[in-house]
Amino acid sequence: MNQITVIKPRDRLSLRNIYDSFSEVIKYWELLYFFIWKNVKVRYKRTFVGIGWAVVQPFMTMVVFTIFFGKLAKLPSYDLPYPIFYYSGLLCWGYFSSSVQNATASIISNRGIITKVYIPRMIFPISAVLSGLVDFVIAFGMFLVLMVIYGIPFGIHFAFFPAFVLLNIFAALSLGIWLSALNTLYRDVQYLVPFLIQILLFASPVVYPASMVPESLRFFYGLNPMVGVVEGFRWSLTGAGQPSGVHLFSSLITMFFIFIGGLVYFKKVETKIADVV
Amino acid sequence: MSYSDTAIRVENLSKLYYIGEAEKYYALRDVFSDFFRSLFRLGGRKKKVREQIWALKDVSFEVKRGEVVGIIGRNGAGKSTLLKILSRITEPTQGYAEIHGRVGSLLEVGTGFHPELTGRENIYFSGAILGMKKKEIDKKFDEIVAFAEVEKFIDTPVKYYSSGMYVRLAFAVAAHLEPEILLVDEVLAVGDAAFQRKCLGKMGEVAKGGRTVLFVSHNMGMITSLCPRAILLENGRIVADGVASETVLTYYTRDRASPYKVDFTKMGQKVGDEFATLLEAHIEDMYGNVVSEVDMRQPFKVKMRYALHKNVPRSPYPNFHFFDSRGEYVFVSSGNSDSSKEVGIYEAECTVPGNLLNNGVYFIGLALTFTHSGIHVSFFERNALSVSVKDPIDETLDTLRSGYSGPIPGPVRPKLEWKISRIQ
Repeated sequence: MNQITVIKPRDRLSLRNIYDSFSEVIKYWELLYFFIWKNVKVRYKRTFVGIGWAVVQPFMTMVVFTIFFGKLAKLPSYDLPYPIFYYSGLLCWGYFSSSVQNATASIISNRGIITKVYIPRMIFPISAVLSGLVDFVIAFGMFLVLMVIYGIPFGIHFAFFPAFVLLNIFAALSLGIWLSALNTLYRDVQYLVPFLIQILLFASPVVYPASMVPESLRFFYGLNPMVGVVEGFRWSLTGAGQPSGVHLFSSLITMFFIFIGGLVYFKKVETKIADVV
Repeated sequence: MSYSDTAIRVENLSKLYYIGEAEKYYALRDVFSDFFRSLFRLGGRKKKVREQIWALKDVSFEVKRGEVVGIIGRNGAGKSTLLKILSRITEPTQGYAEIHGRVGSLLEVGTGFHPELTGRENIYFSGAILGMKKKEIDKKFDEIVAFAEVEKFIDTPVKYYSSGMYVRLAFAVAAHLEPEILLVDEVLAVGDAAFQRKCLGKMGEVAKGGRTVLFVSHNMGMITSLCPRAILLENGRIVADGVASETVLTYYTRDRASPYKVDFTKMGQKVGDEFATLLEAHIEDMYGNVVSEVDMRQPFKVKMRYALHKNVPRSPYPNFHFFDSRGEYVFVSSGNSDSSKEVGIYEAECTVPGNLLNNGVYFIGLALTFTHSGIHVSFFERNALSVSVKDPIDETLDTLRSGYSGPIPGPVRPKLEWKISRIQ
């Protein structure tokens, strides 16, 4: 009875209302959970392999990479067995790329809901990014199997694994929030994103180690936030290829800017989403 | 904050829309071309002239706690925009509104339904979207399923549901929302007649349950029977706000939107069954003009055309059902059943005498029935026609109203035989 909702034109964008929109998402946590649950449920309905796709995709890619980049091109791999080297990179990359793509489409694909009921709009990209974690966990199970097969020891570096998973989520979320808003205004984005991600894949140390990049270019290379994430991720799993401080630092910096820029842009667009979508 | 019994307060609420491609769908190339144009000043900066439309302009009103208010108006009058702003889906351009209490909005039946999810899963997901907590849904789950009558199919994906089942389930979820303030758009115009009646009952229950309801509808009968008060919007502005039946009347007189002549063959859907089809109906004054309003002192005619098909077992009889603006029955009148049952097109005509109906809006339902092992109804179009019965007070003040100019209650106002004599 004491709840009062005030409706008026949006105030100027401020830190305050960016903070408010996060606290609102937290208030709606149960709904966030329902969205994640629905995304997961719907994703593999009416498929034969079902959730198995979460493993099949990175595994088959790993096989292809092992054959072409490993056995044929003989790219270095920190002396790790190729399957381990590629699968660990793809585990990280696969989550990132599918989360970013799902987040990009999240506002458009929920337009039926957005135009009919009020829900904090931030829920859509956030749930898109978080629902990829289920696939991630399953694909990770496969990695543990590979580790046992190839006899890779579990070292102390494993302690950093959760941190890099979080960093990966953060990277996908930052970009996803931005792109989801951009996509509501410019539908070109949904065609651009798969293509950009493809390019980003080769600008990230997934198929080759970051150590291959010349020293002089390290800083600029590191501006791609995924460099630090992928290197760190692989290192935390295998102990090979510890990321350099420069990479980690520049990755964090760019990620932070992308995150802030994404939030500001999202808030700016948010007011017209229901009219435009 | 001191105690107040205001549920919704709206002050000068306005919403500006730009029409044209630019706002709807802006391609990236537009940004580039605008950018280069401004860069090189190619022919100066061409500004796109975009048409502006105030979907809502300076709308102010207040709704008290527990009040049920109908919102009427033509398509594009701003009704849905108003509900969208109040439910925070879109933001106003100007103005202010405040809502005291938990708001639930129901702008569509089946928001969030996903065809691949089962009935059970959709109840949870859609319920959550509409603002229910999981615990609440757990508690009401059985009730929702029972209301929708889909017990047997609750674990079947809803894409295998018949459209009736789908709509029933969707409405059932929505009907079990329990917000303090409910914003409802034209959502009851779904499902079959029996289910509609059930929904209406549920809405009536909600209205009587002390909740505040804002209700948009095109069904004037429903508005007047559910809402004591109604607001009429026209081109984004409030033009009437008051007792529902009066607002409805204003709507009809201002708008001439009244269905006083309806061609059912153009409705896309055949009205009727294998025996008979409803073709056309209209209202005629005593001079044979098709009209939407009649002088209450004059008789008028309701005419209906229908086609009879092969093998009609018994002679059918047309009947007209008169309702007042609150949706209450006034009377039913039927033609006799000794007419022909041959294949052909028929016209039925019923004359309503002058000095029978009170002034106000009446709705006429059109039906064709015959008796054959029980009553068979070929068609029954509730509220198909409407007629506004006018009392020209300046003329009747002395003759019929004995100088009294206020409202005279009752659905009918027959001129009866009176005899007043001094007996002592």
